[in-house]
Parts: sequence; C-alpha cells; structure tokens
Amino acid sequence: MTIVSEEQTTTSVALENLLKEVGGLQADGYRLVQIGCTDVGGAYEINYSFDKGYQFRNLRLTVGPETEVPSISGLYWGAFVYENELHDLFGISVTGINIDFKGTFIKTATKYPFSVTRREGDRCRNA
Amino acid sequence: MSKRIVVPFGPQHPVLPEPIHLDLVLEDELVVDVVPSIGYIHRGLEQLVQKREFTEYVYVAERICGICSFIHALCYCQGIEHIMKIDVPDRARYLRTIWSECSRLHSHLLWLGLFADGMGFENLFMRSWQLRESVLDVFEDTTGGRVIQGTCKVGGVRRDIGQEKLDEMHRTLDSFEEQCRDLGGVFLNDETVKYRLQGLGVISKDDAYALGAAGPTLRGSGVAVDHRETGYAAYGDLGFKPVVETAGDCYARCAVRVRELYSSIDLIRRAIEEMPEGSIDVKVKGTPDGEYFSRAEQPRGEVVHYLRGDGTKHLVRARIRTPTLANIPALVKMLPGAQLADVPVIVLSIDPCISCTER
Repeated sequence: MTIVSEEQTTTSVALENLLKEVGGLQADGYRLVQIGCTDVGGAYEINYSFDKGYQFRNLRLTVGPETEVPSISGLYWGAFVYENELHDLFGISVTGINIDFKGTFIKTATKYPFSVTRREGDRCRNA
Repeated sequence: MSKRIVVPFGPQHPVLPEPIHLDLVLEDELVVDVVPSIGYIHRGLEQLVQKREFTEYVYVAERICGICSFIHALCYCQGIEHIMKIDVPDRARYLRTIWSECSRLHSHLLWLGLFADGMGFENLFMRSWQLRESVLDVFEDTTGGRVIQGTCKVGGVRRDIGQEKLDEMHRTLDSFEEQCRDLGGVFLNDETVKYRLQGLGVISKDDAYALGAAGPTLRGSGVAVDHRETGYAAYGDLGFKPVVETAGDCYARCAVRVRELYSSIDLIRRAIEEMPEGSIDVKVKGTPDGEYFSRAEQPRGEVVHYLRGDGTKHLVRARIRTPTLANIPALVKMLPGAQLADVPVIVLSIDPCISCTER
C-alpha cells in the first residue's frame, strides 16, 4: 500500500484577504474540512481548514470581539453549519451566511458559552 | 404550482434515536427545500477541556459518542502524542487498530439494522443487531466495557489482549465473516432493498466533495477519501484501500458500509496475525505545548480533534469536528426532489450521530 503522508500548514490571513484566499483554495480543488475558533483572551483565532489529498491547509484569521467576519458560504455552501456555530458559541458576527439561523442553530442556556472574552476572563479552570 | 407547506420532521421521530429537526418545504408530497436545526442537546464537552487535565480528558473524549467512542479517544490521544512527540509502542498501535475496526463493525451493523428497520424490513434489522452483539461481546471480553472501553490513553493503551484470546478471536473471524457476507448479500442483492434505495437521495461526486461531506456519504459518491490511508495506528503496516461506490444514492452509501464490514474483518485478521510483541504503553512526562489537528476515520467519516496546549496540564482548546456535522449540508442537498415518504430513509443514509454533533 502507498501511505499518504499528511502535511499540515497554517497561514495567517488578513480580514480583507479572507475571501480571496479561500477562493484560491477552492479554485485549487481543496474541500472545506471545518471552521473552528479559539478565544485567546480579548481576540478570536478562527481556523479555516481545508484538505486536498490529505494535505491539510489552515487559514488563520485573528479578529477582535466586535469585528464582523464575512461568510465564506458563497464559496463553500456547507460553511453555514460552522459559521452559525461561530456565532452561537462565541458571539462572532458573521455576515452574509447563506442559511443564517440568527442565533438559534445551537440552543444554549448561556449566551456565547465558549467565549472567554465575553465572560470577562473566566476560563473555568480548576488549576 | 401547488401551494407550499412546511412539514416539521423531528426532533422526535421513529427513525431518529436522537433529536435533529428538519423543516421540510413541500409541494404536495415533493420536498423542494429543507432547513435543518440542531442544538437540542448540546453538551459543551469541548469546554470541559479547561476543567480536566489533558490525561483525564481522554475519558470525556470517549464519551462524546456511544458508538465511535474508542476512535474519539484514539484521535484525541494521537493529537496529544503528536504535540508531545511521544512514540507509541507498536503493540499498542496494533491493539488500537483492532479496537477501532471492532468499533466500525459494530457501528455499521447497528446502522444496517436501523436502516432495515427504517425500510420496514424487521427481520433484517434483528439479524443485523444479532451479529452486532457478538462484536460487543468481543469488546466486553477484551476491554471490560461494551460501549465505553476506556482502554486508550495518552502514550498507548491500558489493556493488552493475551495470545490465547487473540487466537480465539482469529478462529471466530471466519464464521463471523460468513455471517456478515450472508447479511450483506441481502442488503446488496435483495430486489426489494434495491427498489427502495436505488436512485434515492442522490448526491453527485462534485457536490459531495464541494459540500465537505465525509465517510461513506463521500465515498458512496465516488470520492476515495479515507483517513486510514495516511497510515495512522497500524494501518500503514497492514495495507488498506478505501471502499468506494459511484452512484451517490442511498444504495451506494449502504453498499459502502456493507463492504467496509468485510474490509474491517480483514484488517482485524491481519492485525492479529502480525501483532508485535512488546510493551503497550510508554510513560508520559511533561505537558503539551503546541497545537495539532488530529484526524482519524470514524465509521461515519473523518473526525478532527484540534488540540492546543500552553504548557500547563490543562489544554487551552479542544475543538472537535465530527463527521455528522460535516454531512448535514450534503443531507440538505440530497432531500429536495424526494417524496415525503422517502425522507426517513435518506436521513438515515448519512448515519446521523447527533450525540457526536452535539458534543
């Protein structure tokens, strides 16, 4: 058997270049794997992950809590699940989602439960 | 044009063991549009990573799902091992492969039973679940748990399987395979099943790929993507080829799962035959400092565990992308054009796991 070696690369991307970079990956035949967010305390790191032949490419966008992020659902139709998740769990405003649930995709008792920034630094740690 | 009406499907429905809701927009009985809703049982397990030490979080990862529990634990452990540069002993890699393939067997047999039930083929449902019981018995014999195994840990595995038990498993594989082939033959060849499934819920190769579908939903449309090809655990040693069908309909997705039963049995057989001697774990020193997107192939498709540590005993972030979440957009594209009566079968054809989705 041929073992396909997996490579992972992460590239930072500026907000104004996001759609252009994502469009480039789409044109190169990459499929969208996921969009995920990490609250780094005062800012959000959003990872847009793509794959082609087990080569894993990440575009990393760092934004402040009040920044509006453009949706990539015009390029990758299935991105709406991840973008609604970004809004419902972290409170990130994503504009132009093809199916926008307006905060009702994931129903949680606490608003934006994964956002450390919006909960004023409470990391829930017991360390 | 007929008047459009919206019919709610779920969150409680006989074919859905877990809650997901679809608003079906119908013209007469024809589905013309679909809006999905999840989030009824979101548990926030990702957030628990900040409350549990990185070695303890394996237990949480394993409890994300009661079907692919072992592979969640494996994917998490592989991610931590990559960040901490831990080399897992060969025997542990082989044992992980055996339990992973047992998970795939019992998941696919469970799904085949549910699918048969969804089609109204009750004795096929019972036969599928009868076979699944023998896989759960193997889990119980080798790990002590039928649903949650608790054997995978950072640095290896907790339990070994003795040679006597491995020999016994090897001996029973032939008869088990024969029974699976009998069962699979019904799904693949029965005219009623074919009539019910062929041409239903079609998604093209290009659409499945563009929508980011995963697992049998993607491979049933002709895309040969299976993360086991990267050779994690012992797959690189054992040799593996993805199972692919090209029609993109419910029958093709079913056929992929049936043929993956045979492939899993073959992998378990060869893992037993080539099982290396030696230790099953290494001591873990230090704490994870770094990040990694760990990926593994679950029965429903590729799972991603994004893990990020800052050198403390708690991870900063665990983000888990499960295959069902990735398959929801594909499901939304499959349903328009179908009759209302076919919706349950099409929904089941992606093997939705809401427990995973609502991690």
